[in-house]
Amino acid sequence: MIEVSGLIKKYRDVRALDRLDFSVPEGSVLGLLGPNGAGKTTAVSILATLIPADGGTALVAGLDVAKSPEEVRRHIGLSGQYAAVDEHLTGFENLSLIGRLYHLGGRTAGTRAKTLLERFSLTEAADRPVGTYSGGMRRRLDLAGAIVAEPAVLFLDEPTTGLDPRSRIELWDAIGELVRNGTTLLLTTQYMEEAEQLATDIVVIDRGQKIAQGSAVELKSRIGGERIEVTLRSAHDLEKAERILSGVANGAVDIEDRAVSAPVASGPRSLSMVLRRLDDAGIELSDVGLRRPTLDDVFLSLTGQSSDPMKRAS
Amino acid sequence: MQQLSLAFSDGINVARRNVIKIKRVPEILVSVLVTPVILVVMFAYVFGGAIEIAGGSYREFLVAGAFAMNLVFGATFTGAGLAEDMQKGIIDRFRSLPMSRYAVIFGRTASDVIYNILTLTAMAAAGLLVGWRIHTGFAEAVAGFLLLLAFAYSISWVMAYVGLMVPTPEVVNNASIMVLFPMTFLANTFVPSESLPTGLRVFAEWNPVSAITQAARELFGNLPPGTPEPTTWPLENAVTYSMIWVVLLIVVFAPLSVRRYKKVTTRG
Repeated sequence: MIEVSGLIKKYRDVRALDRLDFSVPEGSVLGLLGPNGAGKTTAVSILATLIPADGGTALVAGLDVAKSPEEVRRHIGLSGQYAAVDEHLTGFENLSLIGRLYHLGGRTAGTRAKTLLERFSLTEAADRPVGTYSGGMRRRLDLAGAIVAEPAVLFLDEPTTGLDPRSRIELWDAIGELVRNGTTLLLTTQYMEEAEQLATDIVVIDRGQKIAQGSAVELKSRIGGERIEVTLRSAHDLEKAERILSGVANGAVDIEDRAVSAPVASGPRSLSMVLRRLDDAGIELSDVGLRRPTLDDVFLSLTGQSSDPMKRAS
Repeated sequence: MQQLSLAFSDGINVARRNVIKIKRVPEILVSVLVTPVILVVMFAYVFGGAIEIAGGSYREFLVAGAFAMNLVFGATFTGAGLAEDMQKGIIDRFRSLPMSRYAVIFGRTASDVIYNILTLTAMAAAGLLVGWRIHTGFAEAVAGFLLLLAFAYSISWVMAYVGLMVPTPEVVNNASIMVLFPMTFLANTFVPSESLPTGLRVFAEWNPVSAITQAARELFGNLPPGTPEPTTWPLENAVTYSMIWVVLLIVVFAPLSVRRYKKVTTRG
């Protein structure tokens, strides 16, 4: 549904996109993951026909965005980082305006607006100017605006940036429902958790280049998969514990203070085995856990830098 | 042709959005209705009695000048409104929709016609209250109002271009005061241009604001016999000269604005 190959975008001498390739099959969700300034918004802007590329090709719904942008616009919906709704209009007026501009006709635009307001739990606020909405409500309205014409391809550019956790989960639910209904979605995000929640496939980009691709599970397994960590009550047991862990580990065992950790191939099974053996040996534990690497760990191991722009700057 | 009808129908929808704002944004209501009325009443009472015109009323002479001035100033809405839209995220939403690329500016200039009709109606009502009267027939009166609206529309296109050139809406307001005050005061809006010193008089005589004011006075019959007869071509042929300006401004600034809009919206 989306095919991007060799996409280049230059801003003066800086390459915002440097031969970027990816594809999103029909009905699937691709998470474009990267820190601030990685080129995520630039990529979405090109695909949504807002800006031209300087090289490469991009197909959306089988159409070249450079050659037939007007055709492409009939098949896409876009919800950006900044809620693109008019604060002086009511929620209903905003959605029905968008419907009219998609050429649905006045009546259809009106009924569609009502349906969407209901679906996004905005019916009560439907006739209030958007200026009175909370941040989460605006984002939901903006998302509703993107799907007014039931587009085949949806672009969501950092849909939950700046939202509080509750609003974020509400929005995730709404997006999850769209995806179950078969919408092809390209989602950009800085949040590892968000990509993991919503995307079937993840492309990690940094400085305009793709640095990794795969499912969340695949990306995690690249940096060694899961680890078992046990903390002992007594340091006397360290040697015995190390021996037990190395029996299931598929890599080097780490010892730090009274904590022993080791990478394992199949987490839950190895964990129960380790626990049984530790118990048999009469070793008392103060803590035990199976630690799965986060996508933040993935990013760190891929780029050698934190994905957090704040940490990165320092 | 299809593109044109799309620009028109999408433009109507964008215009509708701008018209709704009159109800929601008190500042717009004040600028569209209240300020013009205050100006008409103030000019009528403050200056209206100060100057004698043999065989007529200076107050009636003033009202057409106030019409022209307020309508010219009203065009700053076009510029400020467009500049504001360009700053906001909504323009990206519009640009991702399968709508005409010209709808945003066509819609803006169209909604300003509605604003101007409201302004003109309010001013005419205020004028009637303070003693202004139309001394000609129905057809001339209608022609007078239409000419004023057409002139305001052409100025809207100038301000649309300005609005797309500047970074923020505030700049439009400041810039327009620098240009629009001289344009509306160095004219025959409030005093007959004959009374001005030579340099200013020539400027005032060729100033389109003078022509539109003169044309409105002719069409409303607000030129008492005592007012000096114009001796220069623009004021002798005020209606024709005004229409030339209307056409000229639209022909020049509509394409310029459209081109500028395209350029601004494909930035990056």
